[in-house]
Amino acid sequence: MNERTRLFGWILLLVTLAVVPLFLHSARWIDFLEMTLFVAVLGQGWNILAGYGGQYSFGHALFFGTGAYIQALLQVKFGLSPWVAMWFAVSGGALVGAFVGYLSFRYGLRGSYFALITLAFAEAFLVLSRSLKSITEGGQGVQLPLNQDPEQAIATFQFNFAGPFLSEYGFYYTIFIILLLAYGLTAWMERSRFGAQLVAVRENEDAAKALGINAFKVKMGAICLSAGITATCGVYYVQKFLFIEPGIAFGPGKSVEALFAPIIGGLGTVLGPLLGSLFIHGVGEMTKATIGQALGGRPGVDLILFGIILILVLAFLPRGLVGLLEAIWKRLTGGRNA
Amino acid sequence: MLEVCGINKTFGGLKAVTDANLSVSEGKIVSLIGPNGAGKTTLFAVISGFLKSDSGSVIFNGTDITGKPPHWICQQGLVRTFQVVQPFASLTVRENIAVGAHTRIAGRKQALARAADVAKLVDMDGMLEQSAGDLTIAGRKRLELARALATEPKLLLLDEVMAGLNATEIHELLPVIRGIRDSGVTIFLIEHVMQAVMSLSDYTYVLNQGVMIAEGEPKNVTRSPEVIEAYLGHGAAARIAKMAGGNA
Amino acid sequence: MEFLGITLPSYGWPTIAGSAISGVFLGSIYALVALGLTLIYGVLHIINFAHGALLMLAMYAVYFLWSTFGIDPYLAMLIVVPGGFFFGYGLQRFVIGKASHGRDEIILLVTLGVSIVIENAALFFFSATERSVRVPYDLDGIDLGVTWAVYPELAALGGSFLITLALWVFMSRTDTGKAIRAVAKERQGAQLMGINVEHIFAVTFGIGVACVAAAASLLVPTYAVHPQIGSLFVLIAFTVVVLGGMGSFVGALVGGFLIGITEQLGRLYLGESLGVITISVIFILVLLFRPTGLFGAKS
Repeated sequence: MNERTRLFGWILLLVTLAVVPLFLHSARWIDFLEMTLFVAVLGQGWNILAGYGGQYSFGHALFFGTGAYIQALLQVKFGLSPWVAMWFAVSGGALVGAFVGYLSFRYGLRGSYFALITLAFAEAFLVLSRSLKSITEGGQGVQLPLNQDPEQAIATFQFNFAGPFLSEYGFYYTIFIILLLAYGLTAWMERSRFGAQLVAVRENEDAAKALGINAFKVKMGAICLSAGITATCGVYYVQKFLFIEPGIAFGPGKSVEALFAPIIGGLGTVLGPLLGSLFIHGVGEMTKATIGQALGGRPGVDLILFGIILILVLAFLPRGLVGLLEAIWKRLTGGRNA
Repeated sequence: MLEVCGINKTFGGLKAVTDANLSVSEGKIVSLIGPNGAGKTTLFAVISGFLKSDSGSVIFNGTDITGKPPHWICQQGLVRTFQVVQPFASLTVRENIAVGAHTRIAGRKQALARAADVAKLVDMDGMLEQSAGDLTIAGRKRLELARALATEPKLLLLDEVMAGLNATEIHELLPVIRGIRDSGVTIFLIEHVMQAVMSLSDYTYVLNQGVMIAEGEPKNVTRSPEVIEAYLGHGAAARIAKMAGGNA
Repeated sequence: MEFLGITLPSYGWPTIAGSAISGVFLGSIYALVALGLTLIYGVLHIINFAHGALLMLAMYAVYFLWSTFGIDPYLAMLIVVPGGFFFGYGLQRFVIGKASHGRDEIILLVTLGVSIVIENAALFFFSATERSVRVPYDLDGIDLGVTWAVYPELAALGGSFLITLALWVFMSRTDTGKAIRAVAKERQGAQLMGINVEHIFAVTFGIGVACVAAAASLLVPTYAVHPQIGSLFVLIAFTVVVLGGMGSFVGALVGGFLIGITEQLGRLYLGESLGVITISVIFILVLLFRPTGLFGAKS
């Protein structure tokens, strides 16, 4: 697939995502799209570190939760504007990333050991956020005061009472813009020296070092970028739901959610996490609507399916759906544009 | 250009290299030979910063690089290749070489363009878009060489770049290595293929069980009875003498 | 008493000793769960994220054998241990081994996928309700002076020693055990010697799951069963395995006790909720400074 076809595909996809909600007047479907894009951004954060950098984190909730808690606490405890708080939240997430990265990479943790240490840090933050009640309000979580004044909608970054358009579409376009930024950044990274060096470190760290790459520095860059994007998801989450509690913030749920989409969509590709998220959410909705309903709407059906899809993709599609699409495209065009 | 003084390296009480001294002067091809397990690769790893020596120093171009990290040493202009080739398997040949080029070039486009130029030096310009994982052994060896060259080194450390190649492939690679030297890159190589050592090198060091036992011009070194005893064995002595005679 | 500038409550020795002893009992449970995990790691060099989910599944099996057929949880071992072996054998041979292409990171992700499937299947079929076994002896026990130990706790303690011993005997005295050790040490060499490596991998995984099934039998009288019970144990089991040295049975046993005691003392001094942070902290420190653990060989 050549550059021009690729660019055309991207523009088509993004324009579709930009206009589709305008034709949907069901809040349920807009919500569905919002969550799809949210997971696509969460997945891209994970993808930068794991897909491009080969460092598989099992505790990305750590960065999501850090971003979410900073965003919530700065508003509730210090009365900061959400627009100010978010800078602290994103850099706080990146800082936690730098801290974990510094320890792990300095001491040469790779592969399974890196997965375990990220998991352990997420767990430690989970315990801390539950226990340090004077700072985090403990297990009951932090609730943002609800703004009911339409005039203050933008200032408070709350769109619930913001008039017809914003209350319906405000958060969709918020996450859409975040997606554009995160994906733009990833696309830029892929075409930069930093990206090339990161991939080299993933493929073979010793060879990369021999070729003049400071592997430690490159991995640090990747974990900060990855953590920053993931923390942005935390900011979004808090503004949308006006609430955060330890389990949602630091529990394993978000760590797992972050890795499904990129693996299924295609590791180490810009498109992968978005494609993966569209796929699993589409399949998830369909299952819930069909099998789930038929079996009495009990929870768990969609995740069983996600787990099975994950294993099948790992077994048969090492390059995910993106790899599958490229193979199909190659077949269709007879390999001319390969 | 390279001065190695009194390097000692032990692994858990086992002496891998003992008091190794050598020097490589600019514009030459210098080789390091010795039987398997003599400590050659260990010495290379110490010079290029992959291993820390217990004592001794490595001076490159007047700079003390002892114990410095490998990426820093590479940026100073000393680059190594690996005996067991280490391609970035999922990248194309061009992308592999571009990783090396990025050591000096920040821009992606320029690095990719430079990669194509470097590929020509090792006759790989026809396989730029091929995946590195699909290359033959000979192809991977060339890629390893090209990637190192792309970092624009002043000194190139080649670890058994001929190993695993057939006679034709070795024959094709010899002029490539000479060409690299002629372009102004000093070369220091570990080699088992004697044909390559004899025809390429200006000067040779012999390492046996971690100790430097001989040095000199290759044809003299290989005639030295000590080397023949320690390294080549009685049977091979006559053959090597004949070969050296033929080349002289 | 002061620690890192925080004033800690001071307790009399009986309280501390009581906490430590209950830590030993808790530790024996951690050791039980970790034994199978350390075996799988030692041979296959993989981190089995599905370990907790498999524990949960085995606990459900024990529970349903009791609730449906009235089989005593300890007797149920005769059924769930062989059952666990075959389940684990099949899982490694036909799912994990096939899907992972031999790459560490992929194995990690595949076992994560397996755990997600098992946990949500349990949620779907059994719901989130907690279920507990009631046996006539579960509240009886002996008085240890500083604390009280119920019989199921004593059984778990004894069981952890017995299983460690059994694993050790199996690995050092039987032909299969020797084959497993050969594969663990030198995969390709073992293959050249005519050992069917894939079969040995699956056998090892099967034995690991059989261990976890035995642990389930010993846990059910004191722990209620619910779909999340496995994930409660999984991080602790990893901590124990890493602390003890991956692949070391004695390490798992000692590591289990150390973690159990630390956790109980942590709860005593830092409070119920913050006390468990000691586990994550130990885990992080061991990973950073001694990833080969207390009893592991230097790699």
